[in-house]
Amino acid sequence: MPSSTSSVITLKINGEKYTLPVDHRTTLLDALRERLDLTGPKKGCDQGQCGACTVLLDGRRAVACLQLAVAAEGREITTVEGLADGEQLHPVQQAFLDLDGFQCGYCTPGQICSAIGVIQEHAAGWPSAVTDDLRPEAGPPPLTADEIRERMSGNLCRCGAYVSIVEAVARAAAGTGTRTDTAPAARISPEAGTKEAVA
Amino acid sequence: MTAVTTGTPTPTPSVGTAHTRVEGRDKVTGAARYAGEIPFADLAHGWLVLSTVARGRIRSVETAPVLAMPGVLAVLDHRNAPRVETDYTGLMGSKPDPTCAVFQHDRVPHLGWPVALVVAETSEQAREAAEALVVHYEQQPHDVDFTGEHPDAYPLDSHMPAVTEKGDLDAELAASAVVVDAEYTTPEEHHNPMEPHAATARWDGGRLEVIDSNQGATWVVGELASLFSLDPASVRVRSEHVGGGFGSKGVRAHQVAAVMAATVLQRPVRVVLTRRQMFSLAGYRSPTTQRVRLGADADGRLRALEHRSLSLTSTVHEFIEPSAGVARVMYDADAHHTANRVVRLDVPTPTWMRAPGEAPGSFALEAALDELAEKCGIDPIDLRLRNEPDKGPVSGLPFAGRNLPACFREGARRFGWADRDPRPGLRRDGRWLLGTGTAAASFGAGAAPSTATLTAHPDGTFTVRIAAADIGTGARTALTLVAADALRVPPERVQVRIGDSDFGPAMIAGGSMGTRSWAWAVTTAAGELLDRLALGTGIPPEGITVRSDTTAAIGALAPAERHSFGAQFAEVAVDTATGEVRVRRMLGIFAAGRIVNPLTARGQFLGGMIWGISMALHEEAVRDRASGGHVGADLAGYHVATHADVPHIEADWIDDPDPRDPVGIKGIGEIGIVGAAAAIANAVWHATGVRHRSLPIRPDRVILAGAPSA
Repeated sequence: MPSSTSSVITLKINGEKYTLPVDHRTTLLDALRERLDLTGPKKGCDQGQCGACTVLLDGRRAVACLQLAVAAEGREITTVEGLADGEQLHPVQQAFLDLDGFQCGYCTPGQICSAIGVIQEHAAGWPSAVTDDLRPEAGPPPLTADEIRERMSGNLCRCGAYVSIVEAVARAAAGTGTRTDTAPAARISPEAGTKEAVA
Repeated sequence: MTAVTTGTPTPTPSVGTAHTRVEGRDKVTGAARYAGEIPFADLAHGWLVLSTVARGRIRSVETAPVLAMPGVLAVLDHRNAPRVETDYTGLMGSKPDPTCAVFQHDRVPHLGWPVALVVAETSEQAREAAEALVVHYEQQPHDVDFTGEHPDAYPLDSHMPAVTEKGDLDAELAASAVVVDAEYTTPEEHHNPMEPHAATARWDGGRLEVIDSNQGATWVVGELASLFSLDPASVRVRSEHVGGGFGSKGVRAHQVAAVMAATVLQRPVRVVLTRRQMFSLAGYRSPTTQRVRLGADADGRLRALEHRSLSLTSTVHEFIEPSAGVARVMYDADAHHTANRVVRLDVPTPTWMRAPGEAPGSFALEAALDELAEKCGIDPIDLRLRNEPDKGPVSGLPFAGRNLPACFREGARRFGWADRDPRPGLRRDGRWLLGTGTAAASFGAGAAPSTATLTAHPDGTFTVRIAAADIGTGARTALTLVAADALRVPPERVQVRIGDSDFGPAMIAGGSMGTRSWAWAVTTAAGELLDRLALGTGIPPEGITVRSDTTAAIGALAPAERHSFGAQFAEVAVDTATGEVRVRRMLGIFAAGRIVNPLTARGQFLGGMIWGISMALHEEAVRDRASGGHVGADLAGYHVATHADVPHIEADWIDDPDPRDPVGIKGIGEIGIVGAAAAIANAVWHATGVRHRSLPIRPDRVILAGAPSA
C-alpha cells in the first residue's frame, strides 16, 4: 500500500524478481535480511565501515547498508546466495572453503562478494593505490598479494583470517588466468619481508 | 537390531590432519544462520535507548509521545520493567555485572547505560521511536580520568591473587649490576566481533527460548534463569553460529531486555546491539598502566622482578585486568613481586578480552626484557633462555611441559635471527628504517567440567551433542575429529551438534579452555560407548546413548603449571618522517599441546598474531573527559587491522606432548596475541633506537620521538 512513507517496489535479486512494499527508510540490507529472508549479507556496522554487507550491484561492489531499497529498483542485485551454480560453488567460494579463508564466517559473504568484484575490477584494468605503473597502456598489473590486500581493505575480518583470505583470492584469480605472483614463501625467511615491502 | 559397526581401528587418525570446516559450505554460501537471522512469525523489534550522561539519575522518561508513534508496542524503563534477581553467583564464579540487570533503578553509572527499550512492529519504527524518546536526567559530576597515580586504586583478587611477594626487592635491586625501571601503558581496547550481539526471546509452551549469539549456552541459561527466577530446565538458549566473541559474548543487556519484552508482550522480541552501542554495552579491555622493574647480574640473570599493573572498572561491578600475572609464569628472580590493582571510575564495566592479563602484561614484561637485554649487551633470546625457570616462580609447582626454548630455537632458525646486528637504527630501505624484534608468550591451559552425549545409530553413524560454542575457533570440526578417533571411525560418520543448552552443562568458549574441556567430555563418552557396543547386543532403532561428565576427572588432575608457550618474531619498517610503522613479516612458533586440526589451528594462531599487530599499531578507544563517552565509537574511529595492515605472516608449532595429560590439547585461541605487540614494539626500537612504551605506536608518537641520531 503506497503512501508518503512506503512504496511497492520490485527488486531483481540473484536472477529472480521480488515485489514487496517497503518503508522508505528501509535499507537494501534490511530489505534483503528482514523482508526477503536473504540473510547472507551481514550487518556488521550498518554504517558502511566494515564491508560485511557487500553485494554486487550491476556487477560492482556495494555496501547494502548504505543503499535505500527503493533506490535499488531496476538494478541487478547479486548476494552471496546467488553465486553458486546449484551444488557447484563459485571458484571464490571454493577457494575460501579449501584454504580456510574465514573463521566465525560473519564477514565471509562480504569478503567473497568483494573478492569477485576485485578480480573483475583488476581484469578491467583498474589500478589501485599500490599499483606502480598507472599508464593506461601498461594494462592490469600483476594481482600481487599487496594488490589484493589494498583492494580488499574495505572488508574487515576481526578473526584475522586475512592471510588465508589473500591466498584464497589469489587462487581464485589464478583460476581465471590472472597473473597473480602471490605464491607465498614456504618458509618465512629474511628475504620474505623484502619481497613484501610496500614501495 | 543392527550389528555393531565399530571396534576396528581406522586406517588413519583424523586428529592432526587438515580438515576444512564441517560448517564451511554453509558459511561460504550464506546459508549459515546467526542469532539475528532466524525468522519468527509475529516478531517484534526492540531498540535500546542509552544514557547521554555519564553519572546521575533519570528524572523522567517522556514515553507518551513515543507510544503514539506508528507501530510502537511498548516502552520499558525502570518504572515498568519486570524485576530481576541479582544476588546470585553465576557459572563464572561471580555475581552478575549489574549492567545486564537493565531498568531496575533510576541511577546512571556511566554514559551509554541502558535506560529504556522501545519495542515496535518493525526495526525502522523501533529505531525512530528510540531516537525520539526524551529522557531527562539529574546530572552529577563524573570521573573517567584513568591515570597511573589514582589515589583510590586498590588491589583486587580475581581468579588469581592480587599480590604475590617473595624476597627483598629493594635489596636485590640495589645488588643488581643492571636495572630497568620503566612504565608502560596500553589503551582501552574493544573486542568488536563482526557480528553484533543479538538475541530473540520468546515463550514457547511455558518455556523461555532465546536464540542468541554467545560463547556458552550453559552460561547464558544459568544467568537468565537466575535473573528471572526460573527453573534452568525451563530455559533454552541456542546459538548455532556465532560471529566472533573474543570474550564479549556472555549475558548482556540485550538478552535481558529481549526476555523482559517477550514476557510483557507475549510475543517474540529481537534486540540487536548497534555497533555504537557495543562500545558501552559489550565490555572491553581496560586500559593499563604498568610498572616493571628488573634487576640483573651482568650476565643477565634476574635478581629482582617487579610487575605492577593498574586497570579500571566501573562503579557497579569489580573486574580486573590481571596484567601482572604473566610474570608469575614466565620468569623467576630472587625477589619477585607482582601486583594487580584497580580503580573505580564512571565508565562501563570491562571484561575478558582475548588473553585477559597476558596480552597487555606480556607487552610490558617482554618489552622490559628487551630493554634489559640491550643494557646487558646480551641477545634477547639468550637473556630469556638464561632465565628459564625449572618450576613455577610463584607456585613452586612443576611445569606440565615448558617448551619455550624449543620455540625460540626453531623460530630463530626460520626467521634468520642469528645474523641480526643488535645495534638499533642502522638498517635502511629507502625512506624506511628496518628492525626486528622478538618476545616470549605463554597462556594457561585449563579445563573445566563438561558433559557430552554420544549416540550410536544402527546405520553406523554417531551423533555428538554438547553445549559447545564455535565462535570461529573451528571447535565443531575439531570435536568431529576427536570423536572420530575416539570411536575409531572416519569423521564422515560423526555428526557434532553444538550450541544448545538442552545438550547439558558444558564449558564456555573462553580462556582457551573450550576445545580442551569439550574434547575431554567427548572422548570420555566415546570410551563408554565403545564399552557398551563391545557387549555385542546390537543397536536398537533409537540408538545407544551414553552421557559423560568430566567433573571428577578434572578434579583429580594433579596440580601443575599448565601453559602453552610461544616465541614471536617481527620485522618492521618505520618512516620517522610520516610516523608510519609497517609490519613486514612475522613468525610465531608455539608449543601448544596436541594440534587437532592444522588447517584451523593455523588460523587461530595467525588471528591472534594479527590481533597483536592491531594492538601494537592501531587499536585505541579514546574517552572524552568532558562528556565521559567515547570519541568515534565505531569502526571508522576505532581502528582494527585490515588486509593492507597484515603482511605475509606465518605460524607453526613444535611437538609438545604431555603423556600425563588425558587429552593433550592445550588450547590455542589466545596465545597468538601474547607477546606479539611486544615483538613489534621491540622491532620498532631496533629500527629507530626509540623505546615506545605506550600503545598503540601511533604516527604522532613516532614523529614526536624523532629520527635516530645518525
